[in-house]
Amino acid sequence: MTQTRNLIDENGKRTDGRTIDEMRPVKITVGTVKNADGSAFVEFGKNKIVAAVYGPREVHPKHLAQPDRCVLRCRYHMSPFSTDTRKNPAPSRREVEISKVMRESLEPALMLEDYPRAAIDVFVEVLQSDGGSRCAGITAAAVALADAGINMRDIVSACAAGKVDDKIVLDINDTEDKEGGADMPVAYMPRLNQVTLMQLDGNLSPDQFNECLDKAIEGCKAVAEIQKAALMQKYFGNETEVKEEQ
Amino acid sequence: MSTSKRSTIIVEHLRKQQMLEAIANGKRLDGRGFDEIRPFEIEIDVIKKANGSARVKLGDSEVIAGIKVETGEPFEGLENKGALIVSAEVLPTASPHIEPGPPDEETVELARVVDRGVRESEMVDLDELVLVPGKIVYTIFVDCSVINADGNLFDATSYATVSALLSAKLPILEMQDGKVVDTGKTKPMPIKTIPISITAVKIGDVVMLDPVTEEEGSMDARITITTSDEGFCALQKGYTGSFTVDQIKKAAETARIKGQEIRAKVKEFTKYGS
Repeated sequence: MTQTRNLIDENGKRTDGRTIDEMRPVKITVGTVKNADGSAFVEFGKNKIVAAVYGPREVHPKHLAQPDRCVLRCRYHMSPFSTDTRKNPAPSRREVEISKVMRESLEPALMLEDYPRAAIDVFVEVLQSDGGSRCAGITAAAVALADAGINMRDIVSACAAGKVDDKIVLDINDTEDKEGGADMPVAYMPRLNQVTLMQLDGNLSPDQFNECLDKAIEGCKAVAEIQKAALMQKYFGNETEVKEEQ
Repeated sequence: MSTSKRSTIIVEHLRKQQMLEAIANGKRLDGRGFDEIRPFEIEIDVIKKANGSARVKLGDSEVIAGIKVETGEPFEGLENKGALIVSAEVLPTASPHIEPGPPDEETVELARVVDRGVRESEMVDLDELVLVPGKIVYTIFVDCSVINADGNLFDATSYATVSALLSAKLPILEMQDGKVVDTGKTKPMPIKTIPISITAVKIGDVVMLDPVTEEEGSMDARITITTSDEGFCALQKGYTGSFTVDQIKKAAETARIKGQEIRAKVKEFTKYGS
């Protein structure tokens, strides 16, 4: 990707007025889908994403069931009205890939061996997209899984970093994704220090690569705090403050 | 919907035990070191009817890439650039576990990761592939077929794609009376850089390059890192395990160094620049 115009002004402000280390506002509400076993609504900048978890439940068709563990099924889907031009509702190759990497980013955190012969279904629906929707989707899905009471080793938090005007910036938005130099979405388990999703498109030097990864991890850690606070809010109300586990 | 499934690659218990023991002693079952890539060969112009083609044999993995050049409308938002599309198919010839049918998610991922490497590195100068700005552009189709699968299809497919592009002959087309006319002459594809992908898998706590099928059957996680002459241009972590940040940074450095070696070999095989 080659940039055609400046996306950071002389005051160091980005197209949406943020500094290079600033994340878009994130709001997470837990338990928004009444019928689901667990759910979350995430607003990540202009992204509006709903995640619902059903399960553990019986597997249909039955031959998919595994005797020693639970199967995890994930669907990432964008609503036709979520984008600038209408998105065909049929699953695109992009959505097939994101569904896969999203499942692979959540599996390491789940104790699937605790639910043999069962299935857990995770549905992530992007109602409005704003760049970084896969990260916001993973963030929402992890909260929904926790809300469903699934045994987890850690929360999964996701955030992207990228390159804009040859500078490494946190949490790139739609414009920066389309016109900027690089996009690196990362999902991370903060307590276990494990990266469960990582992708990159765009060009980075070796130094920029390391800087970008470190910045994305910082973003993930910040997202983790918001996820924890949202879960605490649902289950304990305002009475308890979020404390570090360790 | 993406469903977790038992690996279709079944590694015998005893074999896996042997593999883990070998790894604990710093070895692999085929005798390679962890940073050692299997010997590979590339043959170009294997399909005369294509505008460019290459056959890559990476160990026992074999992939053919063929290029067909057509004309069409530019992509939305990229009105003054040619179009380049990389697709991949794992043929039913490739292994007993592959059945004919629409591509599964692994094949979609394979094609998209290879496409991303070529696209993000800006390997092909798409600005030079415009006939009528905003209306008619060259459309370059790179179709890859996996003939035999023995691990690391990401890199084998990527090298085949890159080699086919490096050796392709682009038909020189002209506009005459509003129609596209083939002049019968050709020129080399406009190339800016050579992207090289390096794939590694993690088994236990060891990260090793260029996995064979039985290593992929035992892996916890996979990472594919693509570098160009300038630096990093694409990356994809795959499979259900995870990496530490340090493992990723180390893999990235290895990918950059190994990428230079492979790039030199690809140039040699395709006689690019000579």
